[in-house]
Amino acid sequence: MGRKLLLEHINVPGINTLEVYRQKGGYRAVEKAIKTLTPDEIVEEVKKSGLRGRGGAGFPTGMKWSFLAKPEGVPRYLVCNADESEPGTFKDRYLMNYIPHALIEGMIVSSFALGANTSYIYVRGEMMPQIRILEKAIAEAKAAGFLGQNILGTGYNLELYVQPGGGAYICGEETALLESLEGKRGNPRIKPPFPAIAGLYGCPTVVNNVESIAAVVPIINDGGDEYAKIGIGRSTGTKLISASGNLVKPGVYEIELGLPVEEFIYSDEYCGGIANGKRLKATVAGGSSVPILPANLTLKYANGDPRLMSYESLSEGGFATGTMLGSGGFIAFDEDQCIVRNTWNFARFYHHESCGQCSPCREGTGWLEKVLHRLEYGHGKMSDIDLLVDVSKKIEGNTICPLGDAAAWPVASAIRHFRDEFEWHVKEPVKSLSSNYGLANYAVPIEKKVEEVKQDNL
Amino acid sequence: MLKVEEQQPVEFSSALLVNFDEIVKRYPAGKQKSALLPILHLVQAEFGWTSVPAMDKVAEYLNIEPIEVYEVASFYSMYFLQPKGKYVLEVCRTGPCCLVGAEKIMGHIENKLGVKEGEVTADGLFSWRGVECLAACGFAPVLQIGPEYTFYENLTEQSVDQLIDDLRNK
Repeated sequence: MGRKLLLEHINVPGINTLEVYRQKGGYRAVEKAIKTLTPDEIVEEVKKSGLRGRGGAGFPTGMKWSFLAKPEGVPRYLVCNADESEPGTFKDRYLMNYIPHALIEGMIVSSFALGANTSYIYVRGEMMPQIRILEKAIAEAKAAGFLGQNILGTGYNLELYVQPGGGAYICGEETALLESLEGKRGNPRIKPPFPAIAGLYGCPTVVNNVESIAAVVPIINDGGDEYAKIGIGRSTGTKLISASGNLVKPGVYEIELGLPVEEFIYSDEYCGGIANGKRLKATVAGGSSVPILPANLTLKYANGDPRLMSYESLSEGGFATGTMLGSGGFIAFDEDQCIVRNTWNFARFYHHESCGQCSPCREGTGWLEKVLHRLEYGHGKMSDIDLLVDVSKKIEGNTICPLGDAAAWPVASAIRHFRDEFEWHVKEPVKSLSSNYGLANYAVPIEKKVEEVKQDNL
Repeated sequence: MLKVEEQQPVEFSSALLVNFDEIVKRYPAGKQKSALLPILHLVQAEFGWTSVPAMDKVAEYLNIEPIEVYEVASFYSMYFLQPKGKYVLEVCRTGPCCLVGAEKIMGHIENKLGVKEGEVTADGLFSWRGVECLAACGFAPVLQIGPEYTFYENLTEQSVDQLIDDLRNK
């Protein structure tokens, strides 16, 4: 049984209330942080913990905090990114829904560490029920003296507000989120300057994912060193994994990083195997943006060693035979699923969500969608397959924000590993409309050289 | 399509304006434009959509140009720029939901309501549309209904029938 730091008390009745949350040890971290630690000491603990951003990029949270500029007389902001929209990811909604105080407590400790006196939680607009839950939790925390003026008599002041989005995936990108919070269209900004220098209203700002901020609570309670003992290598701590698709038990699971992928999929403690007695065909391990992998490469590296749920292990083999942990949105495909159809579905998603600012993404995502649509519906040509690879290469790396890469990678990886299924759609246009290609003989690791992948770190 | 000149003028009630005032207080002085998205949600909850006359009033309230409101309302998918049914069934159509039958659910809703995506039923009660990932993939298929955005999860044809019948009899 893995250790649970965030979801330990998820099944306790009333844990969404301040009273029960405190009975279970809640708000100890606020007392400890504000009364006994300096902001720098908190940043130091978070650095020691090795916590990496849980929204997808995996950048070390403590380091991100230490970049925050601190000019005299200029306010600093902490903004929580709760714009969870990556297909396959639903952990933040779950956390906010059931244990809202875990986020509120994390926000208070983190705001104190960063010297912020006003902080915002930017929640995607569709999550109105969770927005109400958070607002109620904030009111409770304020009434108990954990928010507002002179918190716990220490002289520290903090106001915390919830901001609804308007329904745009792109606002999960931190600079688009800040634009949106300023009441504008969610067009990502050119970096630099990074938000740590010029963020919300031009002031130094840190943007962190819900799960990253909630993880600060156990880090302060138990110390960064204790947190770092959990996990494997540079993947420390626990991670919430959103499991969906054709699984016996889809849902949100907290795992210790380093859990074997096979155990996560098949053990009864986690997903319980593939639904309806089917076999696993493929997975998308970290949300729709990361490369899709066939079953054999999901469970094992190309050399046959078992693959683990960690940042390093999931990306082992680069894009030739690996993928990424991303946001932890784990989607399982059974043998009846059509890879072409799913790739078209994701391409449509990115086309719909492209903000339209950069031409390679605005135009390229439309091309990807159209060409995949004709392949799926029996009008494809063999040359379309290479056309897709070509278009995805021309988007990748040529846009202001990572949405372009996120749109390109699923298409490129689907063709890399499932090319025979795409070809079958061209050769059998009628048959492919009524039946599926099945499991087939997927993913003999491909020899050809795959270019180095740039990762957006901030 | 309701043309702009056909759109009726609106008045904001004093209760609504009090709510606007509360939202504006969340931001530093001079940054009242930050209230735009939350205020548009309130406007849509009140009137069912964000009409041009309503957006003009919001611009006036926030002391910004009308175009600043239009460009935001047209960018984000949640704001309706045309009148919709009283209940808009928004079904998630993205990958994970489709793996477990979202397309079948959408087809069923289309048949049951007898209107195509985006259209309004003759009684004015219902519209439906496919929307992108609603972050509920583990409980798929899912749909949501504004303005409260209540989620309905693990949908089946039977549960959708029940939901539509319940709303009709409400």
